[in-house]
Amino acid sequence: MSSHHTPAHVAGHTASKARADGLLAAFEPRPVATRCGTPSYVVAREVVHDALAALRAGGYEVLSFITAVDRLSIADGRVPQGRARFLLVHQIEVLDTAEAVRVETELTEADATAPTVTDLWPGASFMEREVYDMFGIRFDGHPNLTRLLMPDGYGHHPLRKEFPHQGIEPDRLYREWDERRRAQDPSVPPEEQAPSPFQRR
Amino acid sequence: MTTRADHPKTRQVFEYAPGSEYLDDPVQGELMHLNVGPQHPATHGVLRLEVDLDGETMHNVVPVVGYLHRGKEKTCETLGWHKFFPHTDRLDYVQPLLNNTAYALACEELAGIEVPERGQVVRVLLMEISRIAAHLIYLGTTAIDLGAVSIFFATFKEREKIYTLLDAYSGHRMNNTYIRIGGVFADVEESVAQLFDEFLDQFPAAIDGFETFLTGNRIWHDRNRDVGVITREDALAWALTGPNLRGSGVERDLRKVRPYSGYETYDFEVPVGTVGDCYDRYLVRIEEMRQSTRIAKQALARLATTKGADVIAEDRRYVLPPKDRVHSSMEELIYQFKVVTDLRLPKGEAYHAVESSKGELGFYVVSDGSSNPVRCHIRGPGLYNVQAIPLLAEGRLFSDMMAIIGSLDFVMGEVDR
Amino acid sequence: MGSLKPVEEQTDSGFFATKVDWLVNWGRKNSLWPMPLGLSCCGIELMAMIGPKFDIARFGAEAARFSPRQCDLLIVAGTLTWKMAQAARTIYDQMPEPKWVIAMGVCSSSGGMYDSYAVVQGVDSILPVDVYVPGCPPRPDAVIDAILKLQKKIERESPMKTLFEGPEVHDERGTGLLEFQPNRGLVKTDLDLHPHDPRARAAEREETSP
Repeated sequence: MSSHHTPAHVAGHTASKARADGLLAAFEPRPVATRCGTPSYVVAREVVHDALAALRAGGYEVLSFITAVDRLSIADGRVPQGRARFLLVHQIEVLDTAEAVRVETELTEADATAPTVTDLWPGASFMEREVYDMFGIRFDGHPNLTRLLMPDGYGHHPLRKEFPHQGIEPDRLYREWDERRRAQDPSVPPEEQAPSPFQRR
Repeated sequence: MTTRADHPKTRQVFEYAPGSEYLDDPVQGELMHLNVGPQHPATHGVLRLEVDLDGETMHNVVPVVGYLHRGKEKTCETLGWHKFFPHTDRLDYVQPLLNNTAYALACEELAGIEVPERGQVVRVLLMEISRIAAHLIYLGTTAIDLGAVSIFFATFKEREKIYTLLDAYSGHRMNNTYIRIGGVFADVEESVAQLFDEFLDQFPAAIDGFETFLTGNRIWHDRNRDVGVITREDALAWALTGPNLRGSGVERDLRKVRPYSGYETYDFEVPVGTVGDCYDRYLVRIEEMRQSTRIAKQALARLATTKGADVIAEDRRYVLPPKDRVHSSMEELIYQFKVVTDLRLPKGEAYHAVESSKGELGFYVVSDGSSNPVRCHIRGPGLYNVQAIPLLAEGRLFSDMMAIIGSLDFVMGEVDR
Repeated sequence: MGSLKPVEEQTDSGFFATKVDWLVNWGRKNSLWPMPLGLSCCGIELMAMIGPKFDIARFGAEAARFSPRQCDLLIVAGTLTWKMAQAARTIYDQMPEPKWVIAMGVCSSSGGMYDSYAVVQGVDSILPVDVYVPGCPPRPDAVIDAILKLQKKIERESPMKTLFEGPEVHDERGTGLLEFQPNRGLVKTDLDLHPHDPRARAAEREETSP
């Protein structure tokens, strides 16, 4: 007996696929294969809100999570051919059966905005704030799109692939500034040396 | 400007002076801005709440999180699949083995490997013991926040017994990191199973002891009844899961709805509340502790019948080889090295959720076949429990805030990740 | 051979002063009231230490007042993030002298397993630490051992000297990293407000409108 794909799961996947196919037919979904069996579709950014509303009306009441994936490859600094950089993922589920569906949207880096779903599920508020904080994806219509986990005024989006794991500031930025300051010519007077990045302007 | 009429839930206790009906008027207004935290004995970790108080009545509660954000999702991308296990312990640090299992299940979905039956039984046993430990923390800290100090010591005494068990089994009191992709790191031996048995035999009497203190207690009723009521619609709209959802009458437990690790073969019930107040959530958690004891005893019985079976799968691509062979064979040593440093899960995405003590704890893992994970998103239920604080606190007295925070039961390691 | 002076002349205090020192230190070391800065998992072990099995009440340290004004031992238990750093420093500054700091666990000693963008690599970047306790989390016995070591350290102090000559002034406790106001340097605000003041947050939101 498979521990992951029990009869309940398999029945849930089949039922969910049938239900979601019917509800999403108007939105031209592109099915995506997943290894957990949950039916997963990519829809266009313009229709993602209506698609989720249709799914919600069709029985998928439980919002599981909203997150994003940055598909930039660190090795070559490029996005996979033909794909947009960000993939915004919503997973919603039916309350009392094992049916779930994943709705994904592709967003380019230049235009990383998406419609909010806080009108359907107010609980999406923190989820979207976290996506904004970590990736920089903005949500149109969000009541309070501010940073959630990093301090207000933090200038970077940490989960983007080009952001280094050890961070940029404060200590690393200070260390780099300190090294540059030490490496400078000691005959140059202190006023003309590189200003501290932390100075109030 | 906002007036008292705009806050329908405010209970008018006495006549306010004329001119003070404008709540946020800077000259005559009555709202006081209070900052609770991030260091506070009763916020269950580093949570900051910004509360506007009208006397003792709360309005506009804004939770500020992120004071424990350690960058775990980024860390997974840097470290790799195998080395991330200790980080999963420290998510919801009162139930480390549950977090480990959730992550291992998501990775096993990606890898497509099967955990042997005895491994699943050990996982169930460890998960239920962790659930009991987490609910004991809930009970102890909520009780001490509301003034019942002796419950704190009683629950920590039981928690010390669990620590002794886990110390005997895994060598660590907490943050055990004893689950691996493919199963469990080591088997539960006869002597350790005996210890588990003794603990589980005396534990229902301990729960009875807590209930004697609290369930019929007039003060507990006054502090918790009709406080923090979540309606069914609100609970679903605000993405609440776990006892917060079940307290409102929604019967959704992932162990029954989407079972994993063999839960469909165990005999247990899921307690569901009626009103959705803090008292209902308390009763739900007490009953869950009893049901966890029941499941754990069934798991122990199965351990007795499956002696000698494997607890971890055999798949050298993803699973660590047995340690004794690692020490004697070159190939096994290389497999061990590769699994630890260079584990490659197949390309694809997977999401697996377990029923943790706080709700739906899930890991959404995306791999591109290389040794660096593309994404590991942690769906921590605590974040959405915190999100519900303004909903429950609006218009209530400030002293209800501690009952609300305690009954929502979040742990900041999982909220902030 | 250097000049060997009697102990009293070396420390410039007499028999009476050393006895008073001993008494004051005895009182202080046996009543270390901890200020638990329980940030993450080590906080649970801290609670277990205050609990019945390990019981720091044996050492006079059970009065864990959560107000820094009433405590003398700050136990930093858990991971300190840059967002929390200012609050931790404020708590340390609010404690009256004499005060000691125990860095409990590897996260507060050195950043622990988190070498990430959000974690302070050791609380000694912003506070002076007296005892470091390794472990993830350290067993409560280990933290009690730290308290005992701290008691030995307190025995070596000289409060009479502090009384007459004033306290030693440490301008740059820690490495002074916090003087550079991490994460505040990026915010362009002319208001010089306490970071927790809501007007500062409102000003930041206007300036750096998302």
